[in-house]
Amino acid sequence: MRPDSPTSGERKMAEDVKEESVAADDDSELLAEDGSLNAAVEEEGGCFLLRRMEICVAEAEKRSGKNAVNMQETFTVYLIETRPLDAVAEGRNPAPDSLWRRYSEFELLRSYLVVTYPYIVVPPLPEKRAEFVWHKLSADNMDPDFVERRRVGLENFLLRVASHPVLSNDKILYHFLSEERDWKEVVYETGFQAKADSRLRALSATFRVRNTDKRFMDMKHYSDELQSHISQLLRARARVADRLYGVFKVHGNYGRVFSEWSAIEREMGDGLQSAGHHMDAYAASIDDILEEEEHYADQLKEYLFYAEALRAVCRKHELTQFELEVASQDLISKKHQREELATGIVRTFSLKGMTNKLFGQEAPEQREARLKLLEELIAEGEDAVREKTAECEEHVERAWVDMERFEEQKDKDLREALINYAVMQISMCKKGIQVWSNAKECFLKM
Amino acid sequence: MSVGAPRGLASSGQKPITEILHPLSAAEEPLSPGPDVTATVGGDKEAVLTNGTPVETSSPASASSLFNRLQLDDDLEADGRDPYASMETRDLFVTVDDPKKHVSTMETYITYRVSTKTTRIEFDLPEYSVRRRYQDFDWLRIKLEDSQPTHLIPPLPEKFVMKGVVDRFSEEFVETRMKALDKFLKRVADHPVLSFNPHLNAFLSAKDLNKRQGLALLTKVGESVKHVAGGYKLRARPAEFCAMGEYLDTFSLKLGTIDRIAQRILKEQSGSHREYLTELREYGTVYSSWAGSEGDLRRPLEGVAGCVTTCCGALEELSENMSQDFLPVLREYVLYIESMKNVLRKRDQSQAEYEGRLEAAILRKQEDRTPIPMEVEKCQDRVECFNADLKADWERWQSNKRQDFKQLLTGMADKNINYYEKCQAAWESLITLLQDKQTEDKTSETN
Repeated sequence: MRPDSPTSGERKMAEDVKEESVAADDDSELLAEDGSLNAAVEEEGGCFLLRRMEICVAEAEKRSGKNAVNMQETFTVYLIETRPLDAVAEGRNPAPDSLWRRYSEFELLRSYLVVTYPYIVVPPLPEKRAEFVWHKLSADNMDPDFVERRRVGLENFLLRVASHPVLSNDKILYHFLSEERDWKEVVYETGFQAKADSRLRALSATFRVRNTDKRFMDMKHYSDELQSHISQLLRARARVADRLYGVFKVHGNYGRVFSEWSAIEREMGDGLQSAGHHMDAYAASIDDILEEEEHYADQLKEYLFYAEALRAVCRKHELTQFELEVASQDLISKKHQREELATGIVRTFSLKGMTNKLFGQEAPEQREARLKLLEELIAEGEDAVREKTAECEEHVERAWVDMERFEEQKDKDLREALINYAVMQISMCKKGIQVWSNAKECFLKM
Repeated sequence: MSVGAPRGLASSGQKPITEILHPLSAAEEPLSPGPDVTATVGGDKEAVLTNGTPVETSSPASASSLFNRLQLDDDLEADGRDPYASMETRDLFVTVDDPKKHVSTMETYITYRVSTKTTRIEFDLPEYSVRRRYQDFDWLRIKLEDSQPTHLIPPLPEKFVMKGVVDRFSEEFVETRMKALDKFLKRVADHPVLSFNPHLNAFLSAKDLNKRQGLALLTKVGESVKHVAGGYKLRARPAEFCAMGEYLDTFSLKLGTIDRIAQRILKEQSGSHREYLTELREYGTVYSSWAGSEGDLRRPLEGVAGCVTTCCGALEELSENMSQDFLPVLREYVLYIESMKNVLRKRDQSQAEYEGRLEAAILRKQEDRTPIPMEVEKCQDRVECFNADLKADWERWQSNKRQDFKQLLTGMADKNINYYEKCQAAWESLITLLQDKQTEDKTSETN
């Protein structure tokens, strides 16, 4: 049984609006000749792909194979099933299309999306390795509980991407969901890896950029805070879980001693024995309780990683802004050089200027040549500045839209998560009351 | 189950020893109620005959106390009520309360008010109110042990406390001790033989308890038992007393285990070093600090922080209650078991002395036809008295033990239920708060 994920609302929404969805008889109409998604079918700002198809990650399986360095390895693959929604709506129940993907392919998809849409807060993948574990939970990637929670997380990732107004239109995403073979080649062919920003460049931009949009700086600061708070929370929660586990398990000892004690009692024996059983049940109940709480932890983790994605968008802004500043600065200095050459006035100290003074100025033909070169460079520079400015402005505009969308989604999802957490706590209290009431009844019969 | 309890043990002198049933054996007579008896409504009331009189489940020493006992059985259902306060037929009521600190140049100590209400003619007045300190209770206990060696004297809370470790004047300690002293006195006052002891009378009524004088009312039985030397070896302890001894040993072990478990739970819950409570508190503060950086999420996060804090408070209360109410009673029973074992030992000694003297007398008779001296017959009487008193006290003790543990364990269950109820209420009110906000937002969205 799959637990509720925050995007269950979105899946429901997709089903609710299926009447409005543009019906297509078969998948071929979705793709135009050039491979991009058919424009006639696109909708502005809607949960596009999810209106077209039902997506789920149904299963996980272990496989063995040779890896890149020809060594034997075991890995897990996940079954992605898709079904056209209109078929479901019409009551037909066609078998879903399905294909298998492993975690590394999901990672590749996400990397592609991050590079291709740097102004979008790209939904995160579930964690690669189990972190924030409390002592009983296995940190092993092959552990069935971990695999199951990862399956849920991967499904969640796909649902979020497929319901995103911009990301859901991507054809690579569509291929990921529909064509198992050769997908990796197609992704690499897009050349996205070349477009990826080097970390070093991004980092130096952070330090050297001068005029950044205040909203983005505030958002970046917020993303830092969010990351810090959520990781603190996850650590504290793991410690609490660990301790609570100990408290419950010690109660199991009551079960044993009551049983032993009941053996030497006459009237009190039955009551004691039964009460002991309830204490055993109490001690055992903590396992389920903490297992359920892991889902809450997973919801928090999603937003922990989302914070990283948010910060990436802000960093991209810094980078584009920085590049714009560099390009502008370059243009200015070239214009100065031209001025210098044209008027002979040295504005700024330069080695050329000094040598000119010392050794005499250059010949007029040389100067002409240089001026011509400079004019070309300046023209290029102006183009570059125009380009960069447009890039920067476009990024700011689009990113701001998505960041606002993200903020709304985060508030809604986290509030729901908190409500669910409270519901879990209430359920735990009710169980506690039940067990102790049962034990009390047994004590009264002693 | 409850109607299988053996009946009819009389005490000293009223029934020959051979007619007294073994308290732990299956009854020979039909004890389960016949067609004349109907079970009363209420799970733990004892069976009653159709004419309304309760079936005897255990018998105390004397006729009036027998009546007391039957009344007491009716009270078994009330876990809230004081098990020692049966209704109209009791004629001696005692209470220990109102602790006060006394500071003198020599020492500092606590006194308690001991209030008595009685209709017994052994007392001059119907009411008394005196102040006594622990030493006085100890004196009373020693006097009772000396003068009634064949009876089980209830235990006192421990005399010595390690001065660095426990604060003898803390509210908690005084409160716990006072409750134990109250229980002690009530048990004595409730006992059909001990309650008539003149030392108890003095303790309850005398303005000044002059302990050095003592009262010249040590009974002969007491003196002779005191003079029993070691060196008499017991031949054959009757099976019933063996069974009692074994029971006490096992019971003592189990209580020890329960004590350890309860302590361990307390330590894991709210011990001082990074235990559950500490971690939970920190967990709550993280929500609070997160709330500081949020907008719309601030109220929900603060709400969660508040709930966690409430749960911490409830947990603290649970731990305190268990520490104050549960553990001391458990420990007191361990002392009670020790007292009972002592009485068993004294009984053994008394029987050993009799057997020794009898053997010596028989040998002498065989040698020179000396008749069996009176002394030996008196010994035999003493042993029989001892056995009868002991059995009567044993029954009473078992019954009280059942009552006490029923109360103790249901109390523990109640404390835990209470804790969870408080937590549940806190989380439920949070959900209402959060869901109101949700509907608020939805309506503002559609507007």
